[in-house]
Amino acid sequence: MRLILQRLPLLAILLAAISLAVFMLAQQLPGDPAFIAAGGGDATPEMIAHARERLGLDRPVWVRYLYYMRNALQGDFGRSMVNSRPVIEDIRKFWPASLELALAAIAISAVVGIPLGVASAVRAGRWLDRLITPGSVFLGSMPIFWLGLMAVLVFYRLLDLLPAGGRLSVSIAPPAAGTGLYLADSLLARDLPVFGDALRHLVLPASILSVISLAMITRVTRAAMLDILHEDYLRTARAKGVPESRVVLKHALRNASVPILTVVGLQLGQLIGGVVITETIFSWPGLGLYAVTAVENQDYPALMAFTLVTTVVYVLINLLVDLLYPLLNPQVRA
Amino acid sequence: MRLPRLLRGGPSVLGAAAILVVAVGMTLAPQLFTGRDPNAIVFIERLQPPSLVHPLGTDENGRDLWARVVYGARPTLTAAVALILISLAVGSLAGLVIGYAGRRADEVLMRVTEFFLAFPQIVWALAIASVIGRGLVVCVLALSLTWWAQYARLMRAQVLVYKEREFILASRALGQRAWWILLRHLLPNCFSPVLVKATIDVSLAILLLAALSFLGVGAQPPMPEWGAMVTIGRKYLLDYPWYATFPGLAIFVVVLAFNILGERVRDALDPASRIYVRS
Repeated sequence: MRLILQRLPLLAILLAAISLAVFMLAQQLPGDPAFIAAGGGDATPEMIAHARERLGLDRPVWVRYLYYMRNALQGDFGRSMVNSRPVIEDIRKFWPASLELALAAIAISAVVGIPLGVASAVRAGRWLDRLITPGSVFLGSMPIFWLGLMAVLVFYRLLDLLPAGGRLSVSIAPPAAGTGLYLADSLLARDLPVFGDALRHLVLPASILSVISLAMITRVTRAAMLDILHEDYLRTARAKGVPESRVVLKHALRNASVPILTVVGLQLGQLIGGVVITETIFSWPGLGLYAVTAVENQDYPALMAFTLVTTVVYVLINLLVDLLYPLLNPQVRA
Repeated sequence: MRLPRLLRGGPSVLGAAAILVVAVGMTLAPQLFTGRDPNAIVFIERLQPPSLVHPLGTDENGRDLWARVVYGARPTLTAAVALILISLAVGSLAGLVIGYAGRRADEVLMRVTEFFLAFPQIVWALAIASVIGRGLVVCVLALSLTWWAQYARLMRAQVLVYKEREFILASRALGQRAWWILLRHLLPNCFSPVLVKATIDVSLAILLLAALSFLGVGAQPPMPEWGAMVTIGRKYLLDYPWYATFPGLAIFVVVLAFNILGERVRDALDPASRIYVRS
């Protein structure tokens, strides 16, 4: 608790600095907003001056920044320049898709990476272990956008096993809104066909996205396990006849869980950039695709809101991992 | 003949070195690798599959894809190296000053680097490039805006180790000026781990810049750049799969070569990070 209180002022400063950075970036935008608001080409100088006053653009920069902060805190990011809807509504609409994708990806890389890391640590130097490092270098060298396109070619074009993009088939209505995560919503509604369809659509993008964090999680798990496997208390456990599987899973993995969970958490933040790319490739209707579309349409309010929101989420995830660390590892607790 | 120590490590290291030699050759003298003009439009030959005439096929304007991949090495590699060099210069100088400046300044400046590390890189490069203007140069600058902080922190950690050593204390006692001590004594001693990290980071820089080009804010058409070529090739993916495949393959092969050599460099200089336990 004291740790949280210690972090709060720093967090506040960091968040203020981030919003200032977004605000300053938005100041660099091409075009005079007063001119646009006054109606563009036909506007008289008086109309432009009036619009400038109405929008508060005649105020000093720091006053405008405070207004911007106040609006952002209230969730008011302005209106989209493309569809005139409030940007916050679009963000609310699109973020569950991104969350579902990111959670699925991190789940895949944890479910695959942790056992791989454990197995290669237990049999250090054997064939599986010798494959892990070259394998992770190999996977880590692939541009994820290219890997995604190749996966579409193989699993959609060649094998016709999985859909090429989207969250659901056109013929299927989305499940009743609850969490916004289609897998969870369709399960809650006991609607298996929708669940199956959503799962089929999720498999490819989530697997591609998981590649980003898979190598890291595997290597950290392996290193953490190697550190612990030589500890005396494991020798003691073995000596008193505890079965080897139990030694590894209960005694060793449990004590290795701190660095593993830390890296899983940090990788969740690292996924944000990958989410943007993966959503573009698979036409996954989340925040990343929303941002890339905003870039294409020069929809700046949408893009600025996306930048602010994702940076804040990124900072909060990292902070959360920092705060969880002492809970998991009593040695750090001061 | 004995190989330089760095190159000992089996066929993968030799192969990686060979790939990098070819890639650097393509960057410096692309005309040695293809007789064709990467921008020559031959409309009746559009979207041809790979053949003897066009080893990698042609694109939607009938341009030879091999020629475009060859000429694409230059923007891709120079941008990545430029990004690393800028960040390295800014970061190591900042790290030197931060580490040497003393506790109060150190505290403040570390918070500043933390601030720059708090930004998701792709998101910010995307935002900056779409506001200021698209193109590789803007992307390089946008990425270096946050990238330098990593080197600054590493450099600072090194300086903290060295600044209490006798030879630094001696030069201070001799009354040498701070900037002289920093550049003449601390920089050469603290630089090597930072340099190693920078070398390894080149592959990351290639991947990030290619991703930004793929997202449409990096290299702009008709420039032959690998990430941008994949973007256009994506439109033709299902019917003309070679178009997106080959430029992406070029990125993969070059990044793989950088990574293999990077691992080797790290192993050679820092045995503790070796993955295999030889017991």
